[in-house]
Amino acid sequence: MDLQFTDAENSFRLKLRDWLSSVIPHLPNEPHRNDWIGRREYDSMWQRMLFDAGFAGINWPREYGGLGATPTEHLIFLEETERARAPYVGQNFVGLLHAGPTLITEASAEQKAFHLPAILKGEHIWCQGFSEPGAGSDLASLSCRAIRDGDDYVINGQKIWTSFGHTADYCEMLVRTDTDVPKHRGITWLIVPMGLPGMDVRPLRTLEGSTEFCEVFFDEVRVPVANRVGDENDGWRVAMVTLSFERGTAFVSEMLQSMELARDLAQLAKRVTRNGVTAWDDAGLRRDIGRICAELDALWALTKRNISQAQRTGLVGPGGNVFKLAYAELRSRLGDLAMHLLDRASLSIDDIGDLPTHAHVHGRIHALSLGIAAGTSQVQRNIVAERILGLPKER
Amino acid sequence: MDFELNDDERSLQEGIRSFLTGRCTIDVVRANEETGGALDRGLWQELGAVGVFSLRADGFGTTESVLAFEELGRSLVAGPLVASHLAATLVPGAADGSRIVGLIEPSEPVIVAEHLASLDDLIVVRPEGLFVVHPADVIGVHAERPLDALTPITAVSHLPQGEQLADAAAAHIWHRDGMVLTAALQLGLCLASIDLAKQYAMQREQFGRPIGSFQAVKHLLADMLTKAEVTRAAVYAAAVNIDGRGDSTDLMQTARMAKMLAGDSALFCGKTGIQVHGGMGFTWEVDAQRYWKRACVLDTHFGNSDEHAAAFSAAL
Repeated sequence: MDLQFTDAENSFRLKLRDWLSSVIPHLPNEPHRNDWIGRREYDSMWQRMLFDAGFAGINWPREYGGLGATPTEHLIFLEETERARAPYVGQNFVGLLHAGPTLITEASAEQKAFHLPAILKGEHIWCQGFSEPGAGSDLASLSCRAIRDGDDYVINGQKIWTSFGHTADYCEMLVRTDTDVPKHRGITWLIVPMGLPGMDVRPLRTLEGSTEFCEVFFDEVRVPVANRVGDENDGWRVAMVTLSFERGTAFVSEMLQSMELARDLAQLAKRVTRNGVTAWDDAGLRRDIGRICAELDALWALTKRNISQAQRTGLVGPGGNVFKLAYAELRSRLGDLAMHLLDRASLSIDDIGDLPTHAHVHGRIHALSLGIAAGTSQVQRNIVAERILGLPKER
Repeated sequence: MDFELNDDERSLQEGIRSFLTGRCTIDVVRANEETGGALDRGLWQELGAVGVFSLRADGFGTTESVLAFEELGRSLVAGPLVASHLAATLVPGAADGSRIVGLIEPSEPVIVAEHLASLDDLIVVRPEGLFVVHPADVIGVHAERPLDALTPITAVSHLPQGEQLADAAAAHIWHRDGMVLTAALQLGLCLASIDLAKQYAMQREQFGRPIGSFQAVKHLLADMLTKAEVTRAAVYAAAVNIDGRGDSTDLMQTARMAKMLAGDSALFCGKTGIQVHGGMGFTWEVDAQRYWKRACVLDTHFGNSDEHAAAFSAAL
């Protein structure tokens, strides 16, 4: 076991660091958080800058214009961009990390030639139409229907939790093409251009008031059969291929932010006073922060184990589920602690009273989503118990 | 960066495991309860011959040692394993297991010695240095019912100053490396608790099906495994750091991280393992209790998890 980086990895880091330090100071201000059009332009601009500098598609194979970087280099990329306070992947998330990799393994040559370069250059924004009101944890029970009519599929139904649905150009979509077979075998994966007649995109307001998610309604929407990826009714397998691209790096930026947030909380505790002494004078609070920071460091070590495993075997394995379970729980505890420390200052989502309220309150709210998004903690526990420990299924 | 076991590390760990599964079965360990936890000198020398105590003295690293200690914890091997390992280069006879070397860190509210009757040498770890004491010179009261029947204890009323063997710097390193090696034992306890609880959950039937098919039980096991795997990452990272191949130079802080995680996780896995066994978990017969009790013992070694959480915050 070795946690140190090789010479090649270090020189990749330095090259990237040089470039970042030359461009980051000249970036325009970030648009307002709910200005989705402005954010799209901003995210696309950043993606184009990465592309021109040769850093786009870090984990994409070279033959598709990517960097073909190892999982460790991907880790370095995320460490350096975080360190430089570079923009996040933002609205290019689905294209670069879900749809693109899926197209790379499953799409036709024609589909690849059209879509992949546009994703890499930040020209096309993608969204995801997987979840439905009636198909969350049980995704395979999805019912948004697509019926073949000549050279088209005609789609009726609804999707939900579609991030950036209001700004996207394309949607990677799972539809029900056969209702007479077991649920996993009647699903098809489609490329759906946004804005087609019969589509209605409505923002879905989260409990924080943010509108990055949308609901998308389909009423007799016609999509060419040529937009299908993979065979008809083979969409579940195609969708699962997407998941296999995870190399343990999914939470690297988050982890770095969380470690910083927890340490910021310790500094905040040293200046917040209560009953004439600082919060830091409370030994119980110090111990709680110490415990959380040590556990975050342990999760950072687990992140590196997962990345190392992906580098060796191509897959993250069970460590990915374990990580997500532990991380969601830990962020929740960090958030609770921060809210208690801020006490009544925690009642504002934005900064008040010269306190960094936003980071901690937003962080607390974000932690609520961590145990839900991309597989609830309850589903994660089932997966860990059944697939890793081999316990029998409930039914 | 490659934070996975390499082939040498893997085969070393497998070697230790195969020795222990052949020689230190749970029945052998349990039989020791009938002798009041007196250590078996023959076994101790065999452990010495396998290299458990001399690994680092023989040129291996803390990383390899941690992998070996994980297996010792898993097999519930009792006795001053960490002390004898730390003493390998300092006390003649420790490395090959011909002498059983224990250690004690003077604690409050009472100084408690372990395995006193079985020891040949006792090292007192004080902030100012390491001191050797003849075990027979320690005066105290032997506890009739130690929490862990395999770890006999003595409430010490008089601990001689002893003869100084090493300075404060050495004591610091003993404390630090002791934390990491103990954390590895605790990691092993977690893994053994999980194995036992899993087997039981698959075989025990209620309401006409294995209890392991119920999500309520499954989720307990998933939580055990989650804690164990996070702990594994922490323990390995602390060891790799000590060996100079790490990502942090604050070796004491990463050692604390490991010991804190391992203490919390071993206690959690221990008690949850008992819970999964239901009523049987509360019996002497079922081994789930043994893992929990050893977890209680090891949490007190080199500072418990609360102390490390507090100490960790001091550097923030």
